[in-house]
Amino acid sequence: MTPAKLQVRELNFYYGRFHALKNINLEIPEKRVTAFIGPSGCGKSTLLRTFNRMFELYPEQTAEGKVLMGNEDILTSKMDVSLIRAKIGMVFQKPTPFPMSIYDNIAFGVRLFENLSRARMDERVEWALTKAALWREVKDKLNQSGTSLSGGQQQRLCIARGIAVKPEILLLDEPCSALDPISTAKIEELITELKNDYTVVIVTHNMQQAARVSDYTAYMYLGELVEFGETEQIFMKPAKQQTEDYITGRFG
Amino acid sequence: MNTGAANPVYQRRRRTNAIMMGLSGAALAFGLFWLVWIIAVLLWEGAAALRPALFTQMTPPPGGDGGLANAIVGSVLMAGIGTLIGTPVGILAGTYLAEYGRRGWLAPATRFINDVLLSAPSIVIGLFIYAVYVAHGKHFSGWAGSLALSIIVIPVVVRTTDDMLKLVPNSLREAAAALGAPTWKVVTMISYRAARAGIVTGVLLAIARISGETAPLLFTSLNNQFWSTDMNRPMANLPVVIFQFAMSPYPDWQRLAWGGAALITLFVLGVNIAARALFRR
Repeated sequence: MTPAKLQVRELNFYYGRFHALKNINLEIPEKRVTAFIGPSGCGKSTLLRTFNRMFELYPEQTAEGKVLMGNEDILTSKMDVSLIRAKIGMVFQKPTPFPMSIYDNIAFGVRLFENLSRARMDERVEWALTKAALWREVKDKLNQSGTSLSGGQQQRLCIARGIAVKPEILLLDEPCSALDPISTAKIEELITELKNDYTVVIVTHNMQQAARVSDYTAYMYLGELVEFGETEQIFMKPAKQQTEDYITGRFG
Repeated sequence: MNTGAANPVYQRRRRTNAIMMGLSGAALAFGLFWLVWIIAVLLWEGAAALRPALFTQMTPPPGGDGGLANAIVGSVLMAGIGTLIGTPVGILAGTYLAEYGRRGWLAPATRFINDVLLSAPSIVIGLFIYAVYVAHGKHFSGWAGSLALSIIVIPVVVRTTDDMLKLVPNSLREAAAALGAPTWKVVTMISYRAARAGIVTGVLLAIARISGETAPLLFTSLNNQFWSTDMNRPMANLPVVIFQFAMSPYPDWQRLAWGGAALITLFVLGVNIAARALFRR
């Protein structure tokens, strides 16, 4: 197995008193695509949101346990949470373009940590948009508002924005659920391309998508990690009956 | 199932709908009727006074000819300074409520008190400034008037800023935070941008609100028959002049009062239209 980029150790998560994640142990392999699947409310997004401490924005949400990146425990790290998030990018279910130009949407994150000359910034913007397969569509309208793009383009803009700060890990929370099949195909191609440089974790409701893009798959149910393994094994020969039922659609 | 037009459930629903539509339309007409009447009377009576002299000449002694120049300038000065004081306080407080006050009791308590202040009678605010400022300095002044107006501006701006920032979807804040942006950057670069039109609208509505306020100025800036831009002295202003002139027995003064009233109404109308246009964009 590939070396682990993230190690989740005995992770428990609470929304107020509701126990949403129960004793999760998991290793996210480096420079691979890992998919989280499971029925709605099983905790896959919650798990993803502990990796960059996004849950901290909400006072009633708490996490216990460890999420190790190298030797650093993300959950208790004294490191500024902004620095952690700069290393662990995230793309959300709904496209969230900022109310500014396409160019500034990309430059916003870069400017937080780097002082680039105009020319270097231009390069970075082009690089990120090219990676996200959006450059050809927007290169002549970089000054237009990011919100003027179509849904699929907006989502690729958000991915470009996430890549532009050059994180080590990219968290994708159902990135295609609001997109048509063509945009979805583009983003799936992109994910496959991204794993050359990044560790990617994707939450998806679409099992074919998990099978297509991921190297490893975790099946979750009611806050527990039921099964984790290579995608091929999970989909062809799941070790647990529960996993097989879900994957074959007899359940959930 | 009977899905024909004769279905009694369907028929009853149609009747109820027709009755409710009729009632709503009547209520709308009733409200609009008074509004249109008010504006029509104002324009009709004020038309005679709406001439260049209104803006160039001072308020006259009884029986004389004149304009409202000193009152207009006084109103603009005091409303302007009141807005300049009230807006930053209001926006910062509204930002605290919407962006930072997620934990604890302070924000909900502040929001409640702000709502009380929002509906406080403006004469109380005038009396308050009179007691803490005018009575100590022993004289009425433009500053006291501005201060009273700013206290009316603050709760309006706090409320709209709070409401408009709460309309900014959390997903946008999360997206910015996920890039590693600290909270203050998320607020200034993302939330403010997304809510800008709404916040500016709130400020415009506050300006519209204070430009017609009479009671808080009666006890603070009082009035001044002469041209004065000295904020430390009593200052003329449209609402108090209208009040004084309209109550007088002199036809010239009454005509000027109509002119001033029409002027304020047109100004408020203009500001409201600007606010709507801005918000729609």
